[in-house]
Amino acid sequence: MTTRLVTILLAGILTNNMVLSKFLGICPFLGVSKKLNTALSMSVAVIFVMLIATAVTWPVYALLLVPAGLEYLQTIVFILIIAALVQLVEIVLKRFLPPVYRALGIYLPLITTNCAVLGITILNFTDSLTFVESLCNALGAGLGFMLAMVLFAGVRSRLETSDVPAALQGLPITLISASLVALSFLGFAGVVG
Amino acid sequence: MKQNYWNTFSKGILKENPVLRLVLGTCPTLAITTAAVNGIGMGLAATLVLVGSNLAISLLRNVIPDRVRIPAFITIIAGFVTIVQMLVKAFLPAIDSALGIYLPLIVVNCIILARAEMFACKNPVLPSVLDGLGMGIGFTATLVAMGAIRELLGNGTLFGLPITSNLLPPMLVMILPPGGFFVFGVLVALSNRLAARQGKRPARDLSCEGCPARESCTGCDAASTPETETAPEAAPEEAKAAPEEAAREEAQGE
Repeated sequence: MTTRLVTILLAGILTNNMVLSKFLGICPFLGVSKKLNTALSMSVAVIFVMLIATAVTWPVYALLLVPAGLEYLQTIVFILIIAALVQLVEIVLKRFLPPVYRALGIYLPLITTNCAVLGITILNFTDSLTFVESLCNALGAGLGFMLAMVLFAGVRSRLETSDVPAALQGLPITLISASLVALSFLGFAGVVG
Repeated sequence: MKQNYWNTFSKGILKENPVLRLVLGTCPTLAITTAAVNGIGMGLAATLVLVGSNLAISLLRNVIPDRVRIPAFITIIAGFVTIVQMLVKAFLPAIDSALGIYLPLIVVNCIILARAEMFACKNPVLPSVLDGLGMGIGFTATLVAMGAIRELLGNGTLFGLPITSNLLPPMLVMILPPGGFFVFGVLVALSNRLAARQGKRPARDLSCEGCPARESCTGCDAASTPETETAPEAAPEEAKAAPEEAAREEAQGE
């Protein structure tokens, strides 16, 4: 049981990295990775929302939609749950934990339409994981997102000072460096099943 | 008038190509272009949703209250995605398994929400449908082109037919994730170069224009303001100051 959970966690972080091998959450990966601190805050917000979203969508799908034979409503129900949750989290944080809200609040609206969160909640069911395994999967994916963001923020801070050919300046060189970071993550292939 | 309609339709194909010029919908672009056929499947599915949601949102544009428009748009889009998902599952099971999770993820494809927000909620029905159709064709064309390049280089085939696979060992890495980032980077560089030749500015780092959260969001501004003197090591103090800083910068901008 524990081995399985650790495997899921490590696979999420290394071999099946959400950004670098599943291409989920590319927008924040490219958009919010210019500075290390923004990259970190965004990742923390994503991990937080992912865990809550998984904790809510899993029971709703398994206990409500499946018994009622409404599996096809998955997409629409999940996105509405995530949108409502993000709003709720925002309100609660603003009221009770203002310091956390100041650090993470600005990223919360971005997360509603982040395909990583919807992606993970759907993947939990395509991989037919149990509730605990799903939470573990969400945590692993979130940590993997954080690892990719932090590493890439480091790469980009080096890019700022390097001499890039005119045609590649801006987005192209960012994508090509992302390709090299993804290449290094291929090295983890086969490490965890 | 006719000229106008033609412009509305054709701008999505080249001038405002959603993927290469507006940099929207990068996730599916990178993920499913391992083969040219997938590009057609994904492109057509997204086009159907785009036309449907633009039509519905344009019809409802005077009914939806401004403050709840984003949730309303997402619900409409999710409805169309569900329809397309069921159609694909029923009639094209091979495409369904090739696209996998990226089919339901059309809901959060920024192209669709961006067109709803930028175009359909301000324009009458016919232009909105044409806009959706043009953007969808532009998206499909880009996906097919990128899928063809990656398939040819990474697998030696084109639409499943062997081209160079008997002559050269294929570069497998091109259909693996790094190849996706690389080919996309090269394509954006190419399109930037062509745009520069016509005197246009290059594609932006990340398109906030289409981001539905941009009004309430300062994250993009905070991230896209040019690097100041603060080194990344100075993170802890700066983290707290970031929101205020961003707000101040925004105020100055106005």
